[in-house]
Amino acid sequence: MDLEQKIGEVVETSNSEFLVQCYELDGAPALGSMVKTRGKGGEIYGIVYISATHSVEPGRRITVRGKSHSSESDVFKANPQLAKLLCSDFKVLVVGHSVAKGVYQYLPPSPSSIYAFVYACTPEEVKVFTQSLDFLNLMIESRLTISPDEVIAAFLRYASRTHPEPEEFLVKAGKELAWTLSNDIRRLDSILKRLRQ
Amino acid sequence: MTDNEKQDIKLGTVISGSLTQGVQVKLDAAKSVEDIAVGRYVAITGQKKRFFGMITDVSLEAVDPRAMVMPPDISDPFIAKVVLGTTTYGKISVLPMLTISGGVLGETEGPQPAKTVPPHFAGVELASQRDVELVFGKEDAKRFYVGTPLDMETRVCINMEELVKRSNGVFGKSGTGKTFLTRLLLIGMMQKSRSVSLIFDMHNEYGWEGTSEKDRKVKGLKQLFPGKVAVFSLDESYDKRRKVKSDFVVKVGYDEIEPEDIQLLKTVLNLTDLAVQAVYELAKTFGDDRWMQETLNLFDANDKKFAAEHNIAEGTWRNLQRGLRIMERFKFMVPHVQDNAVRKILDYIGSGKSVVLQFGGYDDIAAYVLVANLLTRRIYNLYREKVDIATSADTKTPDQLVITIEEAHRFLNPEISSQTIFGKIAREMRKYNVTMLVIDQRPSGIDEEVMSQLGTKIICLLDNEKDVDAVLTGVAGKNELKSVLSKLESKQQALIFGHALPMPVVVKIREYGSAESYKELGPLGPAGGSDSGGRKTDSLDDLWG
Repeated sequence: MDLEQKIGEVVETSNSEFLVQCYELDGAPALGSMVKTRGKGGEIYGIVYISATHSVEPGRRITVRGKSHSSESDVFKANPQLAKLLCSDFKVLVVGHSVAKGVYQYLPPSPSSIYAFVYACTPEEVKVFTQSLDFLNLMIESRLTISPDEVIAAFLRYASRTHPEPEEFLVKAGKELAWTLSNDIRRLDSILKRLRQ
Repeated sequence: MTDNEKQDIKLGTVISGSLTQGVQVKLDAAKSVEDIAVGRYVAITGQKKRFFGMITDVSLEAVDPRAMVMPPDISDPFIAKVVLGTTTYGKISVLPMLTISGGVLGETEGPQPAKTVPPHFAGVELASQRDVELVFGKEDAKRFYVGTPLDMETRVCINMEELVKRSNGVFGKSGTGKTFLTRLLLIGMMQKSRSVSLIFDMHNEYGWEGTSEKDRKVKGLKQLFPGKVAVFSLDESYDKRRKVKSDFVVKVGYDEIEPEDIQLLKTVLNLTDLAVQAVYELAKTFGDDRWMQETLNLFDANDKKFAAEHNIAEGTWRNLQRGLRIMERFKFMVPHVQDNAVRKILDYIGSGKSVVLQFGGYDDIAAYVLVANLLTRRIYNLYREKVDIATSADTKTPDQLVITIEEAHRFLNPEISSQTIFGKIAREMRKYNVTMLVIDQRPSGIDEEVMSQLGTKIICLLDNEKDVDAVLTGVAGKNELKSVLSKLESKQQALIFGHALPMPVVVKIREYGSAESYKELGPLGPAGGSDSGGRKTDSLDDLWG
């Protein structure tokens, strides 16, 4: 299955998040998707919170090339070297890990290995992982370069599609958020509004 | 029980509380406050005991008060679903009343009054049919089914043997079903207890037939218990109009009226204190049995010599004359009666038959007070004598006698309750096997001391603050019951509490008036009862074809 194919490798790692470089240009999964990689004791699960495409060499700026082409794909056809000069990567927020005994929704004892392969999780894996919603607290408390609320909403929308009753799952998740954010009604309201499919 | 059913009756969890104020229960998100009703029963499962209580209040709460100021956008059904039970939630107050210990102890000792509260986060659920049965007992030879708890099908039963041992009260505003309820209670007493009743039936509702709220005729006691009830009447012409034959027509002789009777009638006849005093003077002069006839003769002859001799002012004399003339006009009053009504009533009661005294056209309160007081006083004396004789001879005492009076505040108001026989019965006659069933719409008018002696109170809707206070004086959880009482429906619902029941209960009164209902309301109930079962079924079949 496509989803089970590896999509990249870990190129920067820590306990709480890791950076993945994609094999394919623009090959990063959607915001809020769930991916997994290998850690020392088992698998580490994370949620894609930001993705980018840029030059492989930090000093080399990308310049425009399409003025004489009629479509964007023609640009790549005319400049086949571009695929080697550019790369896509994405950052993943770690939300849990699994060992032989089961899945835990807290940070793994050690970060993922560098160069570890990264896979998109299957819908079944997402469904199993989201049976419990304890990881939401981890996401609410995280400090990311983008608003964590966007990531939470994107992930819950994505995860709800793996459940037989998406609406029921969203209400359950919403209630979990409401407990955690009981002292911040405005923030809760803004996340809940983003949960609409 | 399946998990789904369990989920369905689960209400929430205990979050705080005290024994006196009741416990607070946070409703589960799945339960809407709109589905909750005060007065419903809940069961709380503690670690060692199971608690029973009644919902006494429902409130809305928010985790963060800011949610009230900036409410979430609940126009979105999704957001509304999420915030319900989390940011905002419903809370109910439950008054724990009984506990049942787990294991063998619970089986043997049954429900006990709650002396503690359930622990934090104990699960709360709506009481099941079995719980209610456990608390109130099943319908049997002593227990009479009066109705069902709110939103339940279980039968709430009252132990009739216990009920008749003490005086009881039926209270409620006019039109809330007091008569209906009293009729049922009287049937229950006849069916399930060894008691006889004497009913002063002011509005002719209990004897042969009564009327329901829909102006439909319903059977009276005589139709249901032909062999156990005698109908006495004060008004022959009324019987003729209704084409019903009474067992006995009651007449009252002038010679039976004593000064105490006049004292009691002071308010209803609008007599002054001096006029009542004059009656005592007259009785002293002419004798207790002659004074009324003699006084009427004086009035007829316009003889004022007596008044002058005894220093009775003319105004007082005229006041007394007007009062006695009112009494004289009652057709049941005659100078002398051969066949004494008191003796006749006692004969019937002695043979185990209940007596309904219908007032016919005399719906005048003066006639009611006069006759009820007069008869009861004499019956009291004779009954007491009988009990004393039986006690000293160590033989079986007479059956429990229950005297039913309407408009009870006329007999039992603080001014006269100490003088009337009814006040005495309410206070001390229990020892002599005589109790009362008082029916009134103004309980605040009844002497507090009498109210405090009532064993079981059955209360239909009351909304006057004073009346509510009067019926709930001295009851544990008074404030909580108050909110239950004020929310009763105006018909067919009653709050019952006291001696004959293990805990207060709001019931929807059982149906009465259909052919179906009569089947269970004869001499032989479904759970057994008295002797004449076969015959009674036949007679019902005859009646209903």
